[in-house]
Amino acid sequence: MWRYIGRKLFVYLLTFVIAVTINWMIPRFMPGDPVRSMLSRASVGNPEALQRMNDYYTGVFGFDTPLHEQYLAFWGGLLRGDLGVSVMLYPQPVLDIILRSVPYTLALLLPAIILSWIVGNRIGAFAARKKLLDNTVLPVGYVLTAMPYMWLALLLAWSLGIVAGVLPTSGGYSPTLRPEFSWLFISSLITHWILPFLSMFIVALGGWAIGMRNMIIYELEADYSNYLQALGAPSRLIRRYAFRNAMLPQITGLAVQLGTVLSGALLTEIVFNYPGLGTLILQALNNRDFFVLQGTFLFVVVGVLIANFIIDIVYVLVDPRTRVQMTGGAA
Amino acid sequence: MTLRVNDLKVYYQTLRGDVHALDGVTFDLADGEIMGLAGESGCGKTTLGKSLIRLDTRMRHVGGTIELDGKDVPIADDKAMVPLRYHEISLIPQYAMSALNPTRKIGRMINELLRARGVRPVDIADELRRRLELVGLDPDVLNRFPIELSGGMKQRVVMVMSTLLNPSLLIADEVTSALDVSTQRAVAESLVEFRDREYVKSMVFVTHDISLVYQMADTIMVMYAGHIVEKASASTIVNAPRHPYTQMLISALPEVGTTTDQGRLEGIPGTPPGLLNPPTGCRFKDRCPLAFSKCSERPPLVEIEPGHWAACWKTG
Ligand SMILES: Nc1ncnc2c1ncn2[C@@H]1O[C@H](COP(=O)(O)OP(=O)(O)OP(=O)(O)O)[C@@H](O)[C@H]1O
Ligand code: SF4
Ligand SMILES: [Mg+2]
Repeated sequence: MWRYIGRKLFVYLLTFVIAVTINWMIPRFMPGDPVRSMLSRASVGNPEALQRMNDYYTGVFGFDTPLHEQYLAFWGGLLRGDLGVSVMLYPQPVLDIILRSVPYTLALLLPAIILSWIVGNRIGAFAARKKLLDNTVLPVGYVLTAMPYMWLALLLAWSLGIVAGVLPTSGGYSPTLRPEFSWLFISSLITHWILPFLSMFIVALGGWAIGMRNMIIYELEADYSNYLQALGAPSRLIRRYAFRNAMLPQITGLAVQLGTVLSGALLTEIVFNYPGLGTLILQALNNRDFFVLQGTFLFVVVGVLIANFIIDIVYVLVDPRTRVQMTGGAA
Repeated sequence: MTLRVNDLKVYYQTLRGDVHALDGVTFDLADGEIMGLAGESGCGKTTLGKSLIRLDTRMRHVGGTIELDGKDVPIADDKAMVPLRYHEISLIPQYAMSALNPTRKIGRMINELLRARGVRPVDIADELRRRLELVGLDPDVLNRFPIELSGGMKQRVVMVMSTLLNPSLLIADEVTSALDVSTQRAVAESLVEFRDREYVKSMVFVTHDISLVYQMADTIMVMYAGHIVEKASASTIVNAPRHPYTQMLISALPEVGTTTDQGRLEGIPGTPPGLLNPPTGCRFKDRCPLAFSKCSERPPLVEIEPGHWAACWKTG
């Protein structure tokens, strides 16, 4: 067990190191002068300030020191939590900017992924047993998964936001408010959160439901189900087994999904102008802000790795077959 | 008389029409009898076994009756069958290797099944351990997952599990086919032991392996294309078969009774007819060297001597 976890941890650590290294390489080995190309986009009127920025970034990149020293210095900064200073929001530290965006992204992603997974699995399991429900869940599910995300998001924004006028369609909170711990601000947060959340939730729901339905139907045809039926076991028991076994591929699916959530969140945040990491990435790209890009990239990598690690552990707990493999396995 | 099957017809419903997999099957099974059920692949052995305990969704009961210990077995009525299953009629399926839920420890799965069938696991726990030991398993297997067991161990677990409630009738479908020769022997002997200890009253033992069944079974019934062609004591079937199909089957075996391995059914020229639109009359007539004009009518299964039944115009 611990050997298995240790091995997994090692792989994740390696992934992290590689990600950081690539992250470090990209601006340095790109053609052109990264400092110049960054600053050319920065709208700084004051030449004195521009000179200060130029000095700072040249210093950070440390072009006059040997490569390996640059690399070690980069790691040193990283471990101290120093991700550099943003260009577009100079002189704010990148870490602060990212930490400001992360809660929004998490508040969007985690509930959307987890709730759609739970609800989708429930609906799918239910559909597998009720003909009537199956006849509705299946087509609706297919429509949902086939629908381009943009289209759904715009449809939601248009119907609930613009036509019905009940929900705001842009931003993380009302532009007339400042972040503070008040009921007014929190309710503004919540109303702004609903639409982007809903769009992600709905899109993911159909896929989970269909997957679960198919898996359960497959499990109910499995040999052990037939055997139990022949021995007169009630369908409640057989369904319980089928549900549990059908969950295993769904858990793997969740792990895979967690790896690709970034793109999902990116789109959502852009459509709804939601102030999370996705929007930040877009802004950083537009402004050639390498430091912000680097920082967000690292955060995303770490997030995905942590999520996968959790799934690994969960999987070990629910599937005896992985446990057997871990301990070396009997015949 | 434990089991009495009378003119049983069970068809598979398919898009292309009904598959007449069991077309008028009649036989009796006495108390304490182990009956080997033999015949080429696809002749309806598994179908017969399933028809005694549970029809799957594609199977349709077309006619005939089943009686167990004097009571009707309402095979067409899935709900009414439930009380009989496991308690009175039980099954070791052809797929015993995959019959256990992979994500449950074996002991827990058995307990859950018992509870669902109205039996308190504690009342039977000692018996369960005793029987596991009887078939050569450490009762510790109850704390293991199916994947941690070898094929033969799983087979024996299923054997014990299926017979735990002392059913009247046990259907054992090719329980030895996937095992190596020595394990085959052990499993077959355990089943005889189960009968001797009256864990099961009588048994239908489906197999391809006539030499194995010859050594353990009291009687052998031979099927061909959904019909019964012959039933008699094991030694009669092997040493003095009367039906042309049985004769060809036996003569195709290498030295039956002296060797234990490789007694498999092969080497009869031709193939059995499809059961989607089965031929009328004797279904063996296309391959039968003795066929004559009368064979276009179906020969009845008649008792040609005490305890020896055959369905052939030439033996009647
Ligand atoms: N689900 C099904 N749908 C349609 N036809 C089926 C189905 N299952 C079996 N059959 C047909 O019924 C006939 C009898 O099949 P069965 O499984 O009883 O044969 P068997 O004697 O057990 O063969 P084997 O020795 O290979 O196990 C075969 O001709 C087969 O094609
Ligand atoms: S009834 Fe006719 S065809 Fe059938 S086995 Fe007897 S002789 Fe052969
Ligand atoms: Mg079979």
